[in-house]
Amino acid sequence: MLRIGLDIGSTTIKCVVLDQDDRLVFSSYQRHYSQITQKTGELLGQVAGEVLLGRPASLAISGSAGMGMAQGCGIPFVQEVYATRAAAARLAPGTDAIIELGGEDAKILFLTGGMEVRMNGSCAGGTGAFIDQMATLLKVTPAEMDQLAEKAQRAYTIASRCGVFAKTDIQPLLNQGARKEDVAASIFGAVVNQTIAGLAQGRRIQGKVLYLGGPLTFLPQLRKSFDKTLGLTGSCPENSLYYVALGAAWCGEGETDIPAALEKLAAYRGRGEYAVIPPLFQSKEEHMAFTQRHWRHAVPCGRLEDVTEPVFIGIDAGSTTVKTVVTDRQGGMLYSKYQQNSGNPVPLIQAFLQELYTLKPDVRIAAGAVTGYGEEIIQRAFGVDYGVVETVAHFTAAKKFMPDVDFVIDIGGQDMKCFKIKNGAIDNIFLNEACSSGCGSFLQTFAEALGYSIQDFANLGLFAKDPVDLGSRCTVFMNSSVKQAQKDGASVEDISAGLSISVVKNALYKVIRAADPSELGRHIVVQGGTFYNDAVLRAFEQELGVEVVRPNIAGLMGAYGAALYAIQMAGLEGKEGLSGILGPQALAAFTHKVQSVNCGLCPNNCRLTVNTFGEGRKYISGNRCERPVTRKAADDSLNLYQWKLQWLQSYRPVPGPRGKIGLPMGLNLYELLPFWHAFFTALGFEVVTSPLSDRDLYLSGQHTIPSDTVCFPAKLMHGHVEALISMGVTSIFYPCMSYNLDEGLGDNHYNCPVVAYYPEVIRSNMPEARNVTFITDYVGLHQRRHFPGKMAAILSQYYTGITLKEVKKAASAAYLEYEGYLSALRVRGEGIIRLAREAGKQIIVLAGRPYHVDPEINHGIDKLIASLGAAVVTEDAVSGHMERFPVGVLNQWTYHSRLYAAARYIATQPDMDLVQLVSFGCGVDAITTDEVRELLEEEHKIYTQIKIDEITNLGAVKIRLRSLFAAIRQQKAEARGEEETHV
Amino acid sequence: MSEKKRPQRVEYTKEMNKAGYTILIPSMAPIHFAMLQYIFRSSGYRLEVLENHGPEVVQEGLKYVHNDTCYPALLVIGQMLDALHSGKYDLQKTALMITQTGGGCRASNYIFLLRKALQKAGLGHIPVISLNLSGLEKNSGFTLSLPMIRKLVACVVYGDAMMHLYNQVRPYECAKGSARLVVDRWTREICSQFDAGKGISMGQMRKNLAGIAQGFAQVPVKRIPRVKVGVVGEIYVKYASLGNNDLEAFLRSQGCEYMVPGIMGFAMFKVDNRLEDIKLYGGNPAKYALCTVLMKYLTTMEKELIDAVKKYPQFVPPSSYQHTKSLVKGVIGYGSKMGEGWLLTAEMMELAELGYGNVVCTQPFGCLPNHINGKGMIRRIKEIYPDSNIVPIDYDPSATRVNQENRIKLMLAVARERLGEVGPAGGAGPAATPYTAASQPYAETRS
Repeated sequence: MLRIGLDIGSTTIKCVVLDQDDRLVFSSYQRHYSQITQKTGELLGQVAGEVLLGRPASLAISGSAGMGMAQGCGIPFVQEVYATRAAAARLAPGTDAIIELGGEDAKILFLTGGMEVRMNGSCAGGTGAFIDQMATLLKVTPAEMDQLAEKAQRAYTIASRCGVFAKTDIQPLLNQGARKEDVAASIFGAVVNQTIAGLAQGRRIQGKVLYLGGPLTFLPQLRKSFDKTLGLTGSCPENSLYYVALGAAWCGEGETDIPAALEKLAAYRGRGEYAVIPPLFQSKEEHMAFTQRHWRHAVPCGRLEDVTEPVFIGIDAGSTTVKTVVTDRQGGMLYSKYQQNSGNPVPLIQAFLQELYTLKPDVRIAAGAVTGYGEEIIQRAFGVDYGVVETVAHFTAAKKFMPDVDFVIDIGGQDMKCFKIKNGAIDNIFLNEACSSGCGSFLQTFAEALGYSIQDFANLGLFAKDPVDLGSRCTVFMNSSVKQAQKDGASVEDISAGLSISVVKNALYKVIRAADPSELGRHIVVQGGTFYNDAVLRAFEQELGVEVVRPNIAGLMGAYGAALYAIQMAGLEGKEGLSGILGPQALAAFTHKVQSVNCGLCPNNCRLTVNTFGEGRKYISGNRCERPVTRKAADDSLNLYQWKLQWLQSYRPVPGPRGKIGLPMGLNLYELLPFWHAFFTALGFEVVTSPLSDRDLYLSGQHTIPSDTVCFPAKLMHGHVEALISMGVTSIFYPCMSYNLDEGLGDNHYNCPVVAYYPEVIRSNMPEARNVTFITDYVGLHQRRHFPGKMAAILSQYYTGITLKEVKKAASAAYLEYEGYLSALRVRGEGIIRLAREAGKQIIVLAGRPYHVDPEINHGIDKLIASLGAAVVTEDAVSGHMERFPVGVLNQWTYHSRLYAAARYIATQPDMDLVQLVSFGCGVDAITTDEVRELLEEEHKIYTQIKIDEITNLGAVKIRLRSLFAAIRQQKAEARGEEETHV
Repeated sequence: MSEKKRPQRVEYTKEMNKAGYTILIPSMAPIHFAMLQYIFRSSGYRLEVLENHGPEVVQEGLKYVHNDTCYPALLVIGQMLDALHSGKYDLQKTALMITQTGGGCRASNYIFLLRKALQKAGLGHIPVISLNLSGLEKNSGFTLSLPMIRKLVACVVYGDAMMHLYNQVRPYECAKGSARLVVDRWTREICSQFDAGKGISMGQMRKNLAGIAQGFAQVPVKRIPRVKVGVVGEIYVKYASLGNNDLEAFLRSQGCEYMVPGIMGFAMFKVDNRLEDIKLYGGNPAKYALCTVLMKYLTTMEKELIDAVKKYPQFVPPSSYQHTKSLVKGVIGYGSKMGEGWLLTAEMMELAELGYGNVVCTQPFGCLPNHINGKGMIRRIKEIYPDSNIVPIDYDPSATRVNQENRIKLMLAVARERLGEVGPAGGAGPAATPYTAASQPYAETRS
């Protein structure tokens, strides 16, 4: 009997046939473009006709995408990891571990020393689809990316959690001129990190390792990257693509009636149980009327050749596209250009200017402005007069089409920007956070995956009868929703419409989080390339129940807004005709060199990318502070974050008779260092702390993290404990604390579950922690009277001769030190506020948790704010001004009570604004962010939230902050009655 | 968005209750909640346990609740709003009820999130009643009287007994539906006893529990080897089919025996936490004494339940709370009390001990306590029970069934291999569902 094994993955279908002697007599590997049932039928028909020739055979299907079909057709199904293991047992006996990457799955199998299997969870993207996406971003094929990676010189840190995160890291790198070779290698590094962090979960991968699946078969550099990180040499065996299919073949039992199976396949139409939503258009006529209505919103145009006056230039150097426009003084469009950005916008702008000078050699440029991710590099490279933050550019353009606009939404290739307009100022900004990208490139990725161009794909959806309800989440989730819909037999048309609708729902309910679309306002301008897509536009209007304005230049609005901004600014400054943009001659001599160097001006030793243009104009990126640019240390005098950090670093070890005790510096120990330092020092211990977090410290503990969705500050703890152990510390104190100190601001005074109990996770998941005295007992500082007795009992388990009297004395010293620290903090905070007021500076309360002071966690956002000219204070420096007051939630966590108090306090301070730092994965902040927003908005303050994670795209953070400052300026100007000149 | 008023708490007044308000409560464990509904109704409250399912529930949740909030909040609130929007209820005469535990996890905030959602939906006038034993919020129109509390405790005991035995009998019953009949018969019997003010004394409970156990023991069964799967996790997702994509039905379709620990353990855990807090940090001795009495009362109840099941050697009796608790000593501290706390870890170990080492650990995506007690402890449990076969599954609005089921299938494949069985006999037995075909080929590998 022959054995047929089919492996139907998320993107490919693999088939093998084995003869009686287990020889491989047929194999096939091809993309199925989601035509799963059809392809399976074809393939099986081919096997029957060419290989079986009437001989009996067994058949088994494996692979996640084949599950539904196998069930529906009554064909035996084998779980794919199980199949892999069966194949490895036969083909590669003695294997210790298998790493298998597929289209959307990543798996690790530990075969020896306790069999274990790990699969990626619902939030993990370091897989084939991720690599494909990244290759698309680099405009190469995965194979070319592999060749590029071979020539890498340096590595960048790229977030490995999911494709969306990584994209936001890679895009700025490319925009800033990083070498593709280095980026390619860094992407592979990210995949390796993701696989190890997400799947190994505390178990070391060692011994004989097999690499299986498409990406590891086709990409030798990826294998090398794994080898390097794991410190071993794994092998990619013969038939590495077919292990699952082979395993399925071997698991198949008994003869299958192949002709009958073929019939069932032909009849199988899926279960059709997916949820459907109403179609976009009922008829062609409806579509026609819709199209005509929208073409009315057109910009006035002129001919470049006819213009005699000076012109204005607007540039939008976006993440995936570069848009450029030339206008006359009235904002009439003379010329525009829309280019795909393959990573580096500089040559595109160069080409645009050359073209302009060729088309109209006598052109005179009055002024120009640039916006977008590439704003700084373009401004520097070509001497563009003004830089403008994207939100302001888009608002300026939107006003041109609808003077009383009250809501603007822009969905571009990578990012989504929405904002409300109140009293003529940008009031409330919503940017897509890293986890909710439902943007243009998202649709494009799906279109390409299904084998269509984006236009064809979108048009398919216009007249779909039963659009699939795909929910509203990020790409990784969407992949599996689409997979499920396909499994259930949804057509490509229905999926296309469903995806367009999901983009809209994502924007409305995930990014803007509107409960009722009518909250957005009734004067809405939609823009960004994605809205050229009629399906998305229609879905948006349907969801909102309002007719919106889509300008005919929807995709150019950023650039157009920049041009209008240049007109406005030049008018205000009276600088007309004096544009600094490189003229034809300077442009001809233009050069651009990229170098990467280590900064070396401070211990951070940032890796800098230095762009040099022509006669020595430079643009530096990759820096965390202004020092390499200005050659001066940053001024931290008005930055309370820096003060806190320095204060905490002043707690040095004091040698004592009882030896060393280590404190891992993370989570709540950031706040409690003064307490425990005083406590243990008084008891005669030498208190040693782990060093400040950095990337290497994080990576050193990464392999012991059991839950990949826990917040980054918690993940860092593994590295801190690792660091203490490698420093030779043999006693580590990291107590569990359900309760925090009661500051009287809330209904209770808990710690969040992660802060409270993370010591338990460390103890159970870091084998190294078992070789030291690791004290994780439950401690209650809130019961001040009972604390010494309880603490003495705890310590007596580990040390002899510590008396209650000593503990009591130490406890007094500890409480005193802690209170001293808090009051010093408040005094310093007040001092900064006073100085800032004297200097007329804006004051930003950068509100988060005590551990957000860690620079590895806040990514230098405090310094970024300071560099934008504001003073930075912390939430705990101002929360003391408030008494307990009612809030709309159960106010039961100490740290979070401070947030509410700070929000309420600043609402009464005209020169203070609040920016909330939120760690990705922080469940508690799902509650606090809404409440803080409400507290601020009640008093007409702008709420700004910044989500931070392992890696944070400071570019997006900067947009948010600059928009905030622009809005504050405008609000103030209006408060003073100085009506700004509007275009 | 900005000029919105802060939600004010609307009290559920005596007048409202007199006026015949309907009180809606989300469903969770169906056997228990059927009795719960009856207890409330016979005490003068028009309680209705919501049964509305479907994608609209999730849509309503997504619309009115912060999407990063835990999935149970999204579902529970979504279910309530879906019901309110259904037109089935007079919105001027409807109230909502939701449980509140007061722990350090986000769950204590559900009631506030519900009020915010109602406000957003323009239904801010609808009163929300907090069902809690901690005196968190009071309503003049609703009080948990002592007889009601006793009935509710009894309801937990009976519900646990029936759920526990039903799960053990149903996979093996000869006549399909016969185990269900026992549940239905006894639910009716107990409710009519409650009506008569009976069924809550220790003696009556002993008699009833014996009757329940006997009822299940008399169901004709055919014992065939089945993969035994335990389910633990966040309390809502663990019990509610709405929360776990009907995990119970899926596991049954895969030919498994399904076991889920009872609610009693969770109730005792919540009481015990107060004792542990005082032991760990110090505190009020009077409170300690009160909780000790309550704990004793619950322990006696629990013992009755265990004894009744123990009479029949064919049944695996539930472990006592104290035994379950002893299992985690040295694994995780008793101070870990938020959410399901150490109990979740302990239940996985208990299940492994009882022969249900194939465990699905269910949790809402991003559930904070589960980072610690669930995923954070699996490694440790495996060291202690090397044969345990645990799969953590995340549930959220976008987690798809196909991914969840695929991962569970992997766990089952390993389980079947250990069982040394070749799946349930083709087409025979209760597993005659579309999944049967799929579950056949899990042959043992010849390696």
